Amino acid sequence: MSYRAILILLGLACAALFLASLLIGPSGISPLQGLSALISGEGAAGLVMRELRLPRAILGIGVGAALGLSGAAMQGFLRNPLAEPGLIGTSAGAALGAVIAIQTGLYAAFALALPFAALAGAGVAVALILILAGREGRALVLILAGIAVSALAAAATALVLNLAPSPYAAAEIVFWMMGSLADRSMTHVALALPFVILGAVILLRAGAGLDALSLGEDAAASMGISLKKLKLQIVFGTALMVGAATAVAGAIGFVGLVVPHLLRKSVGSRPSRLLPASALGGAAMLTLADIATRVIAPERDLKLGVLTALVGAPFFLSMIRKMGREG
Amino acid sequence: MWGCVRGSDLKGAALAALFAALGAATSAWAEEPARVVSMNLCTDQLALALADPGQIVSLSHFATDPSMSVRWKQAEDYPVNYGRAEEISILHPDLVLADTWSSPDTIRMLRTLGIRVEQLPPGTSLPELRGRIETMGKLLGHPDRAAKMLADFDARLAAIEKPAPGLRAAIIGPSGYGYGPRTLEGQILEMAGFTNVVSGPGLDWGGRLPLEDLVMDRPDLVVVGGSMKGQGTSRAQEVLAHPVLRDLPVVRGLRDASWTCGAPAMLTAVEELAELGRKIEKEKLTQ
Repeated sequence: MSYRAILILLGLACAALFLASLLIGPSGISPLQGLSALISGEGAAGLVMRELRLPRAILGIGVGAALGLSGAAMQGFLRNPLAEPGLIGTSAGAALGAVIAIQTGLYAAFALALPFAALAGAGVAVALILILAGREGRALVLILAGIAVSALAAAATALVLNLAPSPYAAAEIVFWMMGSLADRSMTHVALALPFVILGAVILLRAGAGLDALSLGEDAAASMGISLKKLKLQIVFGTALMVGAATAVAGAIGFVGLVVPHLLRKSVGSRPSRLLPASALGGAAMLTLADIATRVIAPERDLKLGVLTALVGAPFFLSMIRKMGREG
Repeated sequence: MWGCVRGSDLKGAALAALFAALGAATSAWAEEPARVVSMNLCTDQLALALADPGQIVSLSHFATDPSMSVRWKQAEDYPVNYGRAEEISILHPDLVLADTWSSPDTIRMLRTLGIRVEQLPPGTSLPELRGRIETMGKLLGHPDRAAKMLADFDARLAAIEKPAPGLRAAIIGPSGYGYGPRTLEGQILEMAGFTNVVSGPGLDWGGRLPLEDLVMDRPDLVVVGGSMKGQGTSRAQEVLAHPVLRDLPVVRGLRDASWTCGAPAMLTAVEELAELGRKIEKEKLTQ
């Protein structure tokens, strides 16, 4: 299959899943009734479609694209297929930032404080990983550094929530570690989407630089690629995307690991091609997972990260096994 | 080595025997316990109402919080405890009051130390609520006061003018949690004459109520709780500010300290709700 055909196919899958996400929900609104209510916005069904299902569907696509794209970009830059925002602590850092913004009351006073704090947290986490693991792409160091950053951020998040004045804060630890799109509103879409789009533009433009880097650092330098600039692009791009996504949806793992891994065979491992495909693939996977949470147990608020981990962790294990055999 | 171990064993046994003897001695005069410690907010409330001021040694640290405790002013006269076995045991209580859901490990430890612990159910049904007051009166040695409290309670409950049956209401808390009929919140709703939207198989204690279902179901009243002033912010509370709730008949700020415990103070909440119900009824008639 040609590259273009794969992109079209993934795009169609995203569109179909977006529509399914709009039409599937706990209350028995029929598909036709739902669509007409979405357009007219009238009645209770109109409210449900416009204020509850539409933001949820948009966030599913946006958050999924952010995770898939930043996973592929990190893997390209670190030249390591195990790099992934959830595994190396980027999402955990973003969650810490978001939790601080909410618990200090900053978010209540100034809505943009939420995405800003989350992307600051994600940025610090990515920068730490790049410093600790270096660009050598040694899997062991990267994973160990990731464990350290994740554990630190998760512990700090739990600490902030335990010390928070709100009696409900401690019960939220699960949301921030596992993620959910339940009951999100258009306000969250407005807060997250601009940052996700900006991050996507930055990361997609890094494709050519990552292609050159895949030939080795010296080769990339001789082709006129500035590693320093590329590094900044990766840090900013992933911080924007993962930060904004985590601020509204919590930390969701494994999407950025599984999607590029699945696509690498058909798209090839050239980062400039893998990046857009992974964005679409991530959007499709997360939307599918979110639909599954609603179909399996609508009243239980099943966490998204639970499903992605159930799918993703076996992948991760098989990849580690393969690397062990090769190494 | 052996001798050493045996020695400490003997000492332990002697201590246990001493505690047991003490326990037996105190339960012999248990008519009116002289040193009462309450380790939960709701046993605090009833103890404050029914005990002699000198009987209470310590109350839970929630008792002085005005957002949760109706008798917070009165509670300020007593030292607080955090419900830990060690701090309670050194107060040498002859009666410890706890809820049925208090930490079982703490309660087991207190009993091992020979301290009498009595657990009371939360009072999420009318018979359970009445039994709770009665038991508390007996435990504290003041059954007459409990009887008077019950009589007042019944009279006040009977005097509440409920709306006609058929009004449907839901109580939702942080994270969109809906309270079922077997919760105190559900009990208050029922006593005020409303039908609880959150009911049915598996929902006795409630569960997460998807906002979507709430919008489509459109009850006559949605009581939103859990965003009291001075309690900070959280993502769970943010769900209660979802724009979709604007179009529902939502009341906020109703849930205060009178909603927290199965005690006569909950009738204040019932009265407020019943009045609201009658208002909604009138509006429905004029429409």
